[in-house]
Amino acid sequence: MGETILQVKGITKTFPGVKALDQVSFDLKTGEVHALLGENGAGKSTLMQVLGGIYQPDAGELILQGKSVRFKHAYDATTRGISVVFQELSLVPNLSIAENIFANRQPTNRFNLIKKEKMYEEARKLLQLFDEDIHPGTLVKFLSPATQQVIEILKAISYNPKVLILDEPTSSLTTVEVEKLFANIRKLQQQGIAVIYISHHLNEIFEIANRVTVLRDGKYVGTEPIESLTEDKIIQMMVGRELTNMYGDRPSDAEIGEEIFTVQGLTRKGACYDISFSLKRGEILGIAGLVGAGRTELGRTIFGAEPADSGAIYLKGQKISIRSPKQAIQQGIGYLTENRKEQGLFLERTMKDNAIAPNLKRFTSRGLDFINEKMVDQTTERYREHFRVITPSIKQKVGRLSGGNQQKVLLSMWVGIEPKVLIVDEPTRGVDVGAKSEIYQHLRQLAKQGVGLIVISSDLPEVMGISDRILVMREGKMVAEFQKEQFTQERIIAAASGVLIS
Amino acid sequence: MTFLKKLVEVREFMIVMIILVLGVILSISSPVFLTTQNLLSVLLGLSVEAIIAAGMTVLMVAGGFDLSIGSVVAFVGAVTAMALRAGASVPLAILLGIVVGAAVGLLNGFIIAKLKINPFITTLGTMQAVRGLVLIVTGGRNISGLPESFTILGQGKLFGVQSLIIVMLLVIIIGDIFLRKSRALRQTYYIGSSEKAAILSGINVNKVKIWIYVLSGVLAALAGILMTARLGSASVTAGTGMEFRVITAVIIGGASLQGGEGSVFGAFLGCLLMALITNGMNLVGIDVYWQNFVVGATLLVAVIIDQYTMKRKERASLKTKPGPATSTSGTTTSSTPS
Repeated sequence: MGETILQVKGITKTFPGVKALDQVSFDLKTGEVHALLGENGAGKSTLMQVLGGIYQPDAGELILQGKSVRFKHAYDATTRGISVVFQELSLVPNLSIAENIFANRQPTNRFNLIKKEKMYEEARKLLQLFDEDIHPGTLVKFLSPATQQVIEILKAISYNPKVLILDEPTSSLTTVEVEKLFANIRKLQQQGIAVIYISHHLNEIFEIANRVTVLRDGKYVGTEPIESLTEDKIIQMMVGRELTNMYGDRPSDAEIGEEIFTVQGLTRKGACYDISFSLKRGEILGIAGLVGAGRTELGRTIFGAEPADSGAIYLKGQKISIRSPKQAIQQGIGYLTENRKEQGLFLERTMKDNAIAPNLKRFTSRGLDFINEKMVDQTTERYREHFRVITPSIKQKVGRLSGGNQQKVLLSMWVGIEPKVLIVDEPTRGVDVGAKSEIYQHLRQLAKQGVGLIVISSDLPEVMGISDRILVMREGKMVAEFQKEQFTQERIIAAASGVLIS
Repeated sequence: MTFLKKLVEVREFMIVMIILVLGVILSISSPVFLTTQNLLSVLLGLSVEAIIAAGMTVLMVAGGFDLSIGSVVAFVGAVTAMALRAGASVPLAILLGIVVGAAVGLLNGFIIAKLKINPFITTLGTMQAVRGLVLIVTGGRNISGLPESFTILGQGKLFGVQSLIIVMLLVIIIGDIFLRKSRALRQTYYIGSSEKAAILSGINVNKVKIWIYVLSGVLAALAGILMTARLGSASVTAGTGMEFRVITAVIIGGASLQGGEGSVFGAFLGCLLMALITNGMNLVGIDVYWQNFVVGATLLVAVIIDQYTMKRKERASLKTKPGPATSTSGTTTSSTPS
């Protein structure tokens, strides 16, 4: 780590009714990876947007290389050496890699026409930095999410930044790709670039970060070198209290009952092959595997979102046919998608509209096809209380709630169908630590009530912490099964990646 | 939140206010405006389009729309008139017309839902194809000389009110109640908000889509039959340009092209506002050429005001305090990243 390159001094930013940032100060040194942590709503994004020139602070100053700077807009920040890679990809799918990287500043000849060869050459140089052997003329829409993320970073680097800000850069990457990203971040580090790294994954922080700054409720909590921190310490800084055993334990009076759900030889071509397993009453069955192993596809196939080509499903010993989500719901099978914003929730509709979505029929008055509003209101209020959804009203649009509260609304939707079997895909993705532990408690409670739970998760500590038994998938096939006492990260990773360990 | 405050936030309320203001201005500037005869003629003039607007609203709530309705009006009119001229009984001719309208709707719905073709392109195609069929079956000639037992349906009166107006009001009232309250039509709001989430919530999206296009076709057929009965003849150019006037009215009434929003009552108010503007310009003696201009401007103003008030509402919601913050797990956020 070198000298200080950027000083953030007393930055305050207020939105109507919300103090998003309150006197936040910290400093950034050349060649360091500086993790910025905090729960959703802690002010990370706002701070990043202030640094990136998108918001102007109400008070405080930014000192870049000893000089006080004020950015009027994003391009201003970029040209002065601060580049931001936002979480949402901002690439244009129908344009080439090179055109995306050099958007708005393509090299041109004197007729103002783009010099394609020159642009490709420049792009190729950048791609080589990350050992990417792709033609710069490839359209971005043909690239994997991971490669798109790389292009996004290259675009930021092409401005020769002194400070590079990465917001959740690994959210769409596989484990192998994360390693590659980290190797590249280290390269940038050696060139003296200061990296601000935002992530929900604490294990990533321990691998890549040199120092950690934590924000809570818009306020600065502290900055610590990584060596002096533990996972528990960080969580404590983030939530302001201690969280012991976030995943909870199976309550002693909650028993695992008889087999209620069996899948036999389930196959959908291109997704999952010959999957067989069974689930017991009150059991939490984890499904682990790498990104792309076919776990979500399996969940969707069981749920009928994409019908199976062959195989059989039994519920309480009876063979059932599921060709659509509607049929699955009628049988008492629920599925919480991993992608709540695009596929799970109706963001533009109210909490109560969402809460009853999979269950409209139950809310119709007897004999008529009319929705009984009073019943809907009462039920939704009950959900709000039970799941502790923080919203001004059940008539609030769900899109305006925080990630954790959205996930609770999603959970309430599916608890509402009174499922016998509930498939939960990535139950805590994009959810902050406090809400996470609440969601685990709710899952435990459902299991206690006798629901059979299938938890699909890429988060190893999560799947190990919550499950009674874990199945591992690789390349669309079921490859291993572990009982609770056999759980170790090494075993699961080995099975998931196909490495044999003795 | 007080009742008044809530009222102001409802889109329909805004249009009612505009209509009232317009009404006051017109009743001052023209002695004819507030006569029963004039008001009934305004309602009669908007009836055909309002019947169709009810179906269009349902489609737009579900994120679709239907450009073929104007052609269906003409085609159903022609088919019904030809059947009558060929000696078919009135009920049979009407049934035939309804079936034809339903068939076009079914075709639209099938192509859009099952073959996943964009609604704009699909109904642009059927709009032109059906208009072509009108010319093919009629040879380009209007069909008149229809029996009185049929024309009475469009020309008769009940308690001094034209039958067409009564049918229109029934369609609007029933349509509004069903879209607000019935489970079947409520599903359209889910589909319009997020089709993927609707599928995973167990809503049979394809089935709903096909049925609402059939509904739109049937309502267009009903409008076409009544229009033919009122005029006493089927015109080959009937319904030309009607699709855009109806869509304009539905959008003024609070629907959006993205889906998930709108109400039948709002669409009726949109039709009413457009009809009043036309009526008022006639009464005040403004050149008829200005009418399209004013209707277009009204659409833009309505949408811009809506956009602005939406923003204001979002900002207002930021100020509302979140509920009892018993946990540290989350606070309400808004469109403003924090």
